[in-house]
Amino acid sequence: MTASTTQTLVVIGNGMVGHRLVEILRDSSWRIVVFGEESRPAYDRVALSSYVDSWSSADLELPALTGCELRLGEKAVSVDRARRVVVGASGVEISYDALVLATGSVPFVPPVPGRDLPGCHVYRTIDDLDEIRATVEAADRPGRRSGMVLGGGLLGLEAANALRGMGVSPHVVELAPRLMPIQVDDGGAGLLKRLVEKLDLTVHTGTSASSIERDGTRLVARLASGLELDLDVVVFSAGIRPRTDLELGLELGPRGGYLVDAACRTSDPHVFAIGECAAVEGVTYGLVAPGYSMAEVVADQISGGTRVFPGADVSTKLKLLGVDVASFGDAHAATEGALEVVVNNAVAGTYSKLVVSDDARTLLGGVLVGDASSYLSLRPLVGKEVPAALLQPGGAVDVEMPADAQVCSCHAVTKQTITDAISSGVACDVAELKACTKAGTGCGSCVPMLKKLLTECGVEQSKALCEHFTHSRAELFEIIRATRVPTFSALIEKHGTGRGCDICKPAVASILASLGNGHILGETQVSLQDTNDRFLANLQRNGTYSVVPRIPGGEITPEKLIVIGEVARDYGLYTKITGGQRIDMFGATVDQLPEIWRRLVDAGFESGHAYGKSLRTVKSCVGTTWCRYGVQDSVGLAIELELRYRGLRSPHKLKSAVSGCARECAEARGKDFGVIATENGWNLYVGGNGGFTPRHADLLVSDVDTAELIKVIDRFLMFYIRTADRLQRTSVWLDGLEGGLDHLREVVVDDKLGICAELEAAMESHVSDYADEWRGVLEDPEKLARFTSFVNAPGVPDPTISFRAERGQRVPVSLGIPEVVR
Amino acid sequence: MIVCDFDVLRPEQGVAALLPDGSQVAVFLTADGTVHALDNIDPFSGAAVLSRGIVGDRGGVPVVVSPVYKQAFELATGKCLEQPSVSVAVHGVRVRDGVVELT
Repeated sequence: MTASTTQTLVVIGNGMVGHRLVEILRDSSWRIVVFGEESRPAYDRVALSSYVDSWSSADLELPALTGCELRLGEKAVSVDRARRVVVGASGVEISYDALVLATGSVPFVPPVPGRDLPGCHVYRTIDDLDEIRATVEAADRPGRRSGMVLGGGLLGLEAANALRGMGVSPHVVELAPRLMPIQVDDGGAGLLKRLVEKLDLTVHTGTSASSIERDGTRLVARLASGLELDLDVVVFSAGIRPRTDLELGLELGPRGGYLVDAACRTSDPHVFAIGECAAVEGVTYGLVAPGYSMAEVVADQISGGTRVFPGADVSTKLKLLGVDVASFGDAHAATEGALEVVVNNAVAGTYSKLVVSDDARTLLGGVLVGDASSYLSLRPLVGKEVPAALLQPGGAVDVEMPADAQVCSCHAVTKQTITDAISSGVACDVAELKACTKAGTGCGSCVPMLKKLLTECGVEQSKALCEHFTHSRAELFEIIRATRVPTFSALIEKHGTGRGCDICKPAVASILASLGNGHILGETQVSLQDTNDRFLANLQRNGTYSVVPRIPGGEITPEKLIVIGEVARDYGLYTKITGGQRIDMFGATVDQLPEIWRRLVDAGFESGHAYGKSLRTVKSCVGTTWCRYGVQDSVGLAIELELRYRGLRSPHKLKSAVSGCARECAEARGKDFGVIATENGWNLYVGGNGGFTPRHADLLVSDVDTAELIKVIDRFLMFYIRTADRLQRTSVWLDGLEGGLDHLREVVVDDKLGICAELEAAMESHVSDYADEWRGVLEDPEKLARFTSFVNAPGVPDPTISFRAERGQRVPVSLGIPEVVR
Repeated sequence: MIVCDFDVLRPEQGVAALLPDGSQVAVFLTADGTVHALDNIDPFSGAAVLSRGIVGDRGGVPVVVSPVYKQAFELATGKCLEQPSVSVAVHGVRVRDGVVELT
């Protein structure tokens, strides 16, 4: 073998910190070999509880490592420091010039009798969660399953959240007198307990488990307080211990961990330790940000640098079980003479405590529970002069941040560094800031602050719709409304450039339709429509379409159900009940659509607009007509609303629901506008969403009668249609609306802008102009002629479409997709 | 091979035509009167739907955007703008005596 100048770095451990180190050194001259005990690639352990949402480990995976030799599923079994060789479980020997220990930690399991029984688990890895799930699924308890989480710290609450996600009601047992004893004080923890107990958690503080026993298929835990818990599963999450089972003959820190100096180097100059297994100058850290910081230090050191560990900011901000919790600086007022300013709003469910120096001039730390939105502005002020306004009750938290304040604590990036990058023109958006300063590439919690700094530095976040228009959608809406431009061509000629594209054409088509410009397949509009609108059906993966007739409120006669069944049978359509209480028929070709719709229209159906950015359905529960608990006629109202707003084109789809009582069976708070019956009338909620980012709708007005309700919905919808961005659901629109819900209420309830009469008139004109789009096609030979697969062979079926049978129905045969693409 | 009468085409819209060998072409008329023909199969989904895409321009270059996953293909070259290693075949096309023909 020829002599080589390439040096070898061996990393033992493929967790988040080890992964970060390899990423940093990816383009260096080092040859890198990684030993990872787990057989899967490195993943985001911080987000472990979200694994329960999808049970897909791919969702947690970190970016794949390149440029290194990754030995997954191979534990490093020994190290010979004299020969500088690591031996893997397979017997492989790798010589190193530098060795980095990134072995992480192991869960601490308190010595409770019975802790090894089947059904007792730890909470650390994806495999642990899979095992917990197996235990939960094997439990044969009727009704809701019951679990115990030992440990009420950050990790314990995460574990409790994961159990909830599996349909288990968790008991959380914490030895300390409060939840999250390290981060949060008594006042904050009291509120936290109250908020999480609303979520089906039972909290037991100031006690511990004294034994766990098996009783048939159950587990029984006895607490020191005398309480007995009947359980299906037990999860230990009472803390972690540095993992040092790989014996290297190196000194350990006072609380475990490989002892290293500020350069993260052990007493052996070739060996480093980073992350949770390292005791930097004797101190261990259980958070990922200090671990990342250590990875930076080692990367710099082995490249000949002199960087040392700057000490860690152990501030935390997180959302636990939907509750914001943040803690920073001297959260427990341990500094001598420290003063506390506490605002505990039990009604609003928020708690904030600021810790200041004895002269009330310097901010030392704080605790926030319930609403942690001020964390990003407050944390950088620690150690700095505290603005007087902050100490007033309800004091403004939007304070100017000093230039040397740290914005990104993962990468120790100051505000000055960021504003320099912006003002020198190096970075014009968040992505560029991330690339050149590294800010925001760690935990990501400072990204909103990066956006704010960009705005403060005068960088306009472009609102241009696309390359053809510099206007936002709302601006285009106003132009079209004011000038009554009737066509896209006229609009782009006067106000845009080029010929348009798949972004601006459908957006403008939607605006034209919202303002009432006749059939959406009219001569000047048809070429603007996305394929779904162009064929008034939903394109599916094999090029066929699905058909959804409107079933207002989900109410349908047996006769109409039979028609749907007959049509589906005659055309071989796959049928499925939708989430919006109607029926979807899949697999229709372009040529079949008019024939299918002729039969549906003849039977009294009309378009359901499942294809449009428009009202989908108004779902309902059965209401007072049948239900013993209903207090209002929810079906009747749902039908009235669905018929009123059908066909209304909007920036994105609109979903709605009406529940006949507070039990909320129609899930109205997950809708763009949802109505819930009260003893006295209706409550209207707006801005709800399921989907990618679920959001509960906010209460806009309460106890109103039907006429008032409809008036407010009319105004709300028209205001949204006028002002939202393209493809912006009401939830995102409302979150971004300046002044938020209060402003919305001022506009659509109090008529502060004086536009309500106009909004109502616009809705009246929509209602009176409504016509069924499918009937419009069937009555117009020119529109009908467009429903042809082949211009030179009308009626000939598309040879690429074929079906196979699955569970008694036709489904598409998957299409051969060229290798190059995937 | 004859595809259709020129009159059938509408500016910035596509139509699909079936070829004798069972394959399909998508034929487009741009606003300046040029006719283009591409393979109708969208390489990203395998579905024969390019003729149903929205026609427009990217930086002045005429494109059709696949209705399935929204990639843009240059009408003149068939090249995918998002992934230049992927393209769809371009067919020769002309208009003679008011009739659109593949050459």
